[in-house]
Amino acid sequence: MPDDPTPPPPPAIEVKNLVKSYAGVTAVSDVSFTVQRGEIIGFLGPNGAGKSTTMRILTGFLPATSGIVNLCGVPVASDPDAIKHLIGYMPENNPLPEDMRVSEYLFYRGRLKEVPRRKLSARIDEVLELCDLKRVRHRIIGKLSKGFRQRVGIAEAVLAEPPVIIMDEPTIGLDPHQILIVRDLIASLRGRMTVLISSHILPEIEVTCDRVVIINQGRIVASGTPNDLRREILGHSAYKLELAGEIAALTAVLAQVEPTLVIASHGEPDATGFRIFHLTTARDEPLGEELLRALTNDTRFRLRGLAREHPSLEDVFLAATRRTWEMVDAPQHK
Amino acid sequence: MSSSPPPAARGKWSTRRNTNDPHRAVAATRTFFLLQVKHFFTILSHELRVLLVSPSTYLAAVAFLSVMGFFFTMMVDSYSVAAQEVTPAVTFFQYFWVPVLLVVPLLTMKSIAEERRQGTLETLLTTPVSTAEVVLGKYFSAYFLYISLWACTGGFFYILHRFDRNEHFIDFGPLAGGYAFVAVSGLLFVAIGIAASAVSRNQAMAALFSGTALLGLIVGSNFLPNIELLKNEALRPLKTAVDYAQVFQHLADFSHGVVDTRQVLFYVSGTVLALIFSIFSVEVKLLHS
Repeated sequence: MPDDPTPPPPPAIEVKNLVKSYAGVTAVSDVSFTVQRGEIIGFLGPNGAGKSTTMRILTGFLPATSGIVNLCGVPVASDPDAIKHLIGYMPENNPLPEDMRVSEYLFYRGRLKEVPRRKLSARIDEVLELCDLKRVRHRIIGKLSKGFRQRVGIAEAVLAEPPVIIMDEPTIGLDPHQILIVRDLIASLRGRMTVLISSHILPEIEVTCDRVVIINQGRIVASGTPNDLRREILGHSAYKLELAGEIAALTAVLAQVEPTLVIASHGEPDATGFRIFHLTTARDEPLGEELLRALTNDTRFRLRGLAREHPSLEDVFLAATRRTWEMVDAPQHK
Repeated sequence: MSSSPPPAARGKWSTRRNTNDPHRAVAATRTFFLLQVKHFFTILSHELRVLLVSPSTYLAAVAFLSVMGFFFTMMVDSYSVAAQEVTPAVTFFQYFWVPVLLVVPLLTMKSIAEERRQGTLETLLTTPVSTAEVVLGKYFSAYFLYISLWACTGGFFYILHRFDRNEHFIDFGPLAGGYAFVAVSGLLFVAIGIAASAVSRNQAMAALFSGTALLGLIVGSNFLPNIELLKNEALRPLKTAVDYAQVFQHLADFSHGVVDTRQVLFYVSGTVLALIFSIFSVEVKLLHS
């Protein structure tokens, strides 16, 4: 039951077995996750994965087909009015009225969000400062650059100091410099507010978020910290070799160093006969030294480079989403 | 389960409203309505501001006053040539349908359709605001503007009154009746415009819908009583209803100082229906968005 206020405070976002289907298409299928207070969580997924739909259900804007969603212990389905006081929401593409000034817009939104009139102008100053919008406070929103507009959207979302902020693709279409600013802005909310952001720009999420939920085809395919995900989805470690010599003998040498070390892929030899090899192993400890010693001592090989690979979240994401495509294509696996 | 052990007689909802004290319930209801009203006025003042700074409002105003000025001039011209049976006010208000068809779609087409197209409806409805407040705020701002435009035509009569040498030209009865008719019928006309905007995603479609609906209501209803089918005895109640729903007849009655409550009820109930329809269509469109 949702109402249990005293012992530990309920998690900021609690989603259980959420299902949403439109006219025969299941957009979100059996999604469950929990976000603790003060966490920044990234929602990752390809286009059409169900990110926006899930976020809209969290805001109470769309009703779910089935499942339970609680924000700070308040059920979204039966108490949508209370939910609206708990969230700051920035939809996809950040729609803003074109013909209002920044400060006017924030004032209007503050009134709608029931920020007391006495505190409102101080609070507007505060968010303008936070989002570095003081210079443009009297400009018309329609004439602002995309980076500023995005920051106006974020300022609006945090205006009423809600415990939960939900932002759908806050950095889409921004240049790298603007992305950096928005990212810092989101990071500055850590600990004060729970932030759920969706994105398919992965470095973004990796830097900003404490935890990542990867969603594909309406299902959660992986969730955890970026490091956990790397370990879980990609196996433990990967190495990259630049090597010339007898390929057939390499497997045996690798097995001597570490039985689980295998060649994941290799490239074509270049003009000097060197190829690039990608190796993976289940061992987490560094193997570089032994590998280097074994290969340089062996006269059959000439080694030019050896590096431990740090897979990016991108690799994790591709692997995780590929895994769901396979699941979808071959339903007997399920 | 809920934190406080509920007494046996308490209903399902009593854990949330943890008192049976009627005074507190009344106070809670009052607070609830005050909050609703507060949002309504926030939205209303915002919408009025948007209408007042938007160029399309002034275009609509210029179009409206030009058309009405033209009719007024023609009318005064005809009065100067020969004596007429009715006073200028009666003749003037007979042209009311032309600006209604022009101005109402222009004033209302943007209201909901444009917000939906821009996506700002989503941000609006994720704040503690109900759909009803949004629709009502937009409706009353458009209605206010519609009435203000008509109020400007009062200037025509003032000029006539100031410069004519014939005292009986301005007869205040029909004039007041005409404006009363405009105010009452405007309720329904603007509500139809809002409803058209609520069902469309595109301003042009909204204007087209409301234009057609208004034309059907004002002009089309003139022809309905002449339909041969309705002369059938079995359809007599329907015929009576159609006979009552004659917008031009209402105008004539108002101009003659006859305020029939059935006619007022026709406009008020039509307005309420159109607004309820608008609220539902905004919500239904969200479900299927």
